[in-house]
Amino acid sequence: MAREAYITGVGQSEVGVRLPRHPLLLTLDAAKEAIAEAGLTFEQIDGVFSFPGKSHGYLAFSPVGTDEVIEALGIKSKWQMGGLEQPAQLSAIGMAAWAVKEGICRHVLCYRTVYEAGGMADPATYMPARPDTVSGASQWTSPFWATSAACWTAQYAARHVHKYGLTREQLGQIAINGSKNAMLNPNARAITKEELTLDKYMSARMISTPLCLYDCDRFSDASTVVIVSAGDALDEIRCEPIRIAAMSGSVDRYSWDQVEWPAAYDAGPDLWARTDYTAADVDTAQFYDGFAFLPITWLEALGFCGKGEGGRFIEGGTRIARDGELPLNTAGGQLGAGRLHGFGFAHEAVTQLRGKAGARQIPGDPRVAVATSGGGPLAAALLLAKD
Amino acid sequence: MRLPRPRPKLDQENSAFWTGGAEGKLRIVRCGDCGNYTHPPRILCRHCQSENVSAEPVAGTGVIDTFTVNHQPWAKDLPVPYVIARVALDGVPGVYLTTNIVNCPVEAVGFGDPVRVVFEEQDGVFYPLFEKAD
Ligand SMILES: [Zn+2]
Repeated sequence: MAREAYITGVGQSEVGVRLPRHPLLLTLDAAKEAIAEAGLTFEQIDGVFSFPGKSHGYLAFSPVGTDEVIEALGIKSKWQMGGLEQPAQLSAIGMAAWAVKEGICRHVLCYRTVYEAGGMADPATYMPARPDTVSGASQWTSPFWATSAACWTAQYAARHVHKYGLTREQLGQIAINGSKNAMLNPNARAITKEELTLDKYMSARMISTPLCLYDCDRFSDASTVVIVSAGDALDEIRCEPIRIAAMSGSVDRYSWDQVEWPAAYDAGPDLWARTDYTAADVDTAQFYDGFAFLPITWLEALGFCGKGEGGRFIEGGTRIARDGELPLNTAGGQLGAGRLHGFGFAHEAVTQLRGKAGARQIPGDPRVAVATSGGGPLAAALLLAKD
Repeated sequence: MRLPRPRPKLDQENSAFWTGGAEGKLRIVRCGDCGNYTHPPRILCRHCQSENVSAEPVAGTGVIDTFTVNHQPWAKDLPVPYVIARVALDGVPGVYLTTNIVNCPVEAVGFGDPVRVVFEEQDGVFYPLFEKAD
């Protein structure tokens, strides 16, 4: 137990589009909820981890730094960490697990705060000056007007279409499933107002083939907090702890165009190499869907189906529905519940394992969930278990 | 009027790539010791860590490895649709370039199509674009 890491509290602020509430206050809202759920106080938090910490170049992407959270919430921290140089969003939770397993921290507050919708409403404060010069990784894509991750992801999706026959009708099931589940998620009301139909999906305008408007998540404003606690600190909490049974990450090259497939295909097998659980044990999957193609890569990478079979796995949507064999993105995912940028998947996995998902709760007594994050060259996965 | 392309900030690593078009050459960093190519360009070989590297001209032909037809105007006045492709360069194993396929309708682009480089110059930067070769 001492060497184990558990998720104890989870919390989420209001999720909206152009929320007037300051992003630091959204972080406070989510933190208060998570701390209360864990049965802790801010005085007991001794670590603050985030992905990616404060993004000074593009403030709306990540407006709140770990130092600000420590300062503003009165936390006495032993360790802080934020930065883009991690294998995708959920790696912040993975790093927190390491910290508690090492005995460096007892209760770590992990958060992801986004303000991309609100930032657009206040460009003077949150938006960078229009970049007419580019450097770093973006110099290999932006000069060709491959400006968005939508274009980069589309290239992988198009290869899947070409090589394995993925169809738009199959791909559409990710967004349709997300919208159905979002309708039952009170935190998704600002994002999804009605169920998406296949007709509406098929007639939507294209963004970057084969990805249409509904295959791309929507900028939103929100904060999600996850508390990670040490196995030998569980006597201090008052909630059902969820064990981080395994975690994996993958970074090959930080080049979207120099790798054959997204990094998920490496992180998937690694996750199973670190646990006795298998894909057959998973009761619900929360797969990063910043773009609808990405859950297909995770389904294949984690062995829920063979490589190239993801389209057929989701066909018709029954397997991934709430009452299907692998309920997927039960809170709506980012397509249905907003671009919470990764942390929403861990939040929902814990909520489902605790049986607290209300109208969208999956049947039975789910005991194992997997949550993933990342696209392109970055991937991170967490396996969560109720022991 | 063409919308100016975002301009790469030239430095020690990338200048040969972005200016090779002045002589009509597509230049990719190659190792003088092991012979392998490194892209994006670096001041060392990513295969054997040798510092004996230089940007050498390559054939400038290749095939379309994957592509997307982009319909979203990501900048004001950006004409759409256009093709973003990943080109696998002939004779340069393991190196791909993200680029645009130009001088043909977007419907004419397909997987495996042979392509050749054409340069578009803008204030001293030569953007390697590709057109169909057959
Ligand atoms: Zn070498």
